[in-house]
Amino acid sequence: MPAKLIEREMRTENLPHIWCPGCSHGSTMRALCQAIENAGLERKNTIIVSGIGCSSRAVGYLNFDTIHTTHGRALAFATGIKLAKPQLNVIVLTGDGDISAIGGNHLIHACRRNIGITCIVLNNNIYGMTGGQYSPTTPSGDYATTAPYGNIDRDFDIPLLAKSAGATFTARVTAYGINEAIKVMERAIRHKGFSVVDVASICPSYYGRKNKKGDVVKMLQWQRDNSVPVKAAEKMSKEELQGKIITGIFNDEQYPEYTDEYEKIIERAGGR
Amino acid sequence: MSKRILMQGNEACVRGALKAGMRFFAGYPITPSTEIAEGCAVELPKVGGKFVQMEDEIASMAAVIGASVTGVKAMTATSGPGFSLKQENIGYASMAEIPCVIVDVQRSGPSTGLPTSSSQGDVMQSRWGTHGDHPIIVLSPSSVSETYYLAIRAFNLAEKYMTPVIFLMDEMIGHLRETVEIDDNVEIICRKQPDAPEGKFEAYKGEENLVPVLPVFGSGHYYNITGLTHNTWGFPTNNRAVANELNSRLLNKIENNRRDIEAWDEYLTDDAEILIIAYGGSARVGEDAVDMLRRKGIKAGMYRPITIWPMAEDRLRELSQRIKKILVIEHNNGQYLHEVERVAADDAEIEFIGRINGAFILPEEVTEKAEAM
Ligand SMILES: Cc1ncc(C[n+]2csc(CCOP(=O)(O)OP(=O)(O)O)c2C)c(N)n1
Ligand code: SF4
Ligand SMILES: [Mg+2]
Repeated sequence: MPAKLIEREMRTENLPHIWCPGCSHGSTMRALCQAIENAGLERKNTIIVSGIGCSSRAVGYLNFDTIHTTHGRALAFATGIKLAKPQLNVIVLTGDGDISAIGGNHLIHACRRNIGITCIVLNNNIYGMTGGQYSPTTPSGDYATTAPYGNIDRDFDIPLLAKSAGATFTARVTAYGINEAIKVMERAIRHKGFSVVDVASICPSYYGRKNKKGDVVKMLQWQRDNSVPVKAAEKMSKEELQGKIITGIFNDEQYPEYTDEYEKIIERAGGR
Repeated sequence: MSKRILMQGNEACVRGALKAGMRFFAGYPITPSTEIAEGCAVELPKVGGKFVQMEDEIASMAAVIGASVTGVKAMTATSGPGFSLKQENIGYASMAEIPCVIVDVQRSGPSTGLPTSSSQGDVMQSRWGTHGDHPIIVLSPSSVSETYYLAIRAFNLAEKYMTPVIFLMDEMIGHLRETVEIDDNVEIICRKQPDAPEGKFEAYKGEENLVPVLPVFGSGHYYNITGLTHNTWGFPTNNRAVANELNSRLLNKIENNRRDIEAWDEYLTDDAEILIIAYGGSARVGEDAVDMLRRKGIKAGMYRPITIWPMAEDRLRELSQRIKKILVIEHNNGQYLHEVERVAADDAEIEFIGRINGAFILPEEVTEKAEAM
């Protein structure tokens, strides 16, 4: 019952949203609402934090305590929230530019601390809000308004980056595979520790247009035809995986969570 | 009950903040403010509070705001280069009206400058460091004892006016050791909370004194906080009328309440014929100079701003109409001097002594200049 879901979880008075027709941010936001319900989070204890970008505007539509912060800094704000009040569930919504360019430092350190925050990255391989400049996830060779002759930067694989930095749950889903996205996001929310879900997203207005990816349907079909589940990918060569989107859960580990560890410090110092 | 304790300025800042109810500190090490972070790391867990060393000053400022939206009193401390990095999020706290305290123990700049030398070079940055027209409160202590009590006031003002407060120390005071008489009986202010039961709440309406009542996160009011121009419910808008209303309320929130905020100190101004103006560490030099001048039979006095912003300018105007010679001393190239000139230039002759090499101004230099005026 999608309409009911929207009524329950969204600030319907703020709709319609600001996104372009066909932008996948709306359906990802809806999927997140479903995942929050499925995970059984109590609204009163759930805080949603975002940075700056088209993706980060989602918080204005979500009926929770929400905070739209500064560009790249959502995880640092969220760290303050979670550490100050560990009983709160803290979810960060961010974009590829927000989290891996200006916010890259905060990302690796949140991973390293393994603080109990769920980080959902709406990764459309472009800076949507500012009109189509290349981001750290724009594939090499692709075009952007600031890469008019093709992008010579190498692109980040966000879950791989997060995993290497110590995130204890990392995954990738696609805007096309929305049911899978709901399931994986639910697991990320339930995970104890820092979790990252990279949502392969589509920006038809800029990334799509600049790179002649066709209309929205074509872009989603491309995702469907080029997604490779992580298990299958393990058996494929580097060449075969070129240009594919590897989906699924990359790691799901148990490691002491940061705010739990700080509680022990308080005990050691005699504060409890 | 009161007790006397010998302590360093930076330590007094930590103790004052704890007394005020600080229970969260995020920071990044930098001389000469580091003792504040170290003190918080030791003391906060003892009272169930939290300390975190973040990856940089930007993150520290962000974490402090994050902690504060949950209702926990939060502080960060830094010096010159780190203060520059905090500016964007200080502007955010100003716009989103999140109470917090930012300590800047000033060192000599520009850039990395002279890391271990004192300075007052961040005075204008403390007012205008972040972009856009924004309100701010800046306090500057000139003794270890005042550091303790003013740190408490910094939190009180932050909570009362829902604003970031800059606690502008300098290395001279931060590393000075003096006795503080600790009086446990001090006023502690906590931010107002809605009387309304859970449910939607018009958080950014602003009460009669223009200060908003922001529910702490997790209390069931489901509102939005943003650095974008927002309506009274906290949602982004491009509406010009709403933008004007918000920006005006933000500025008037401090302006209309300046009588309550302003603080200054005077030393022998009643019969003074020459007025020394100094704040923070410079005021220690100024006070000595006044005494030396008095011994020579010269009627000197001192006016010491404690709230650097808002400046207690009505009082300064009164003084300058009576005392026609003003000597401003600052450990910079003349930053607050411009503010003094704005207020007093029509009525008084204004001279200046500054220092930009990390050394201290000597009282003798002040008396010499004063005698020549
Ligand atoms: C400090 C700062 N620098 C730059 C900007 C401008 N800016 C706004 S959004 C954005 C990029 C957002 O890209 P992404 O995170 O990928 O989100 P998307 O819009 O693609 O969803 C930039 C550069 C800003 N708001 N703040
Ligand atoms: S510019 Fe791109 S990311 Fe932004 S709303 Fe439009 S389609 Fe979505
Ligand atoms: Mg993007």
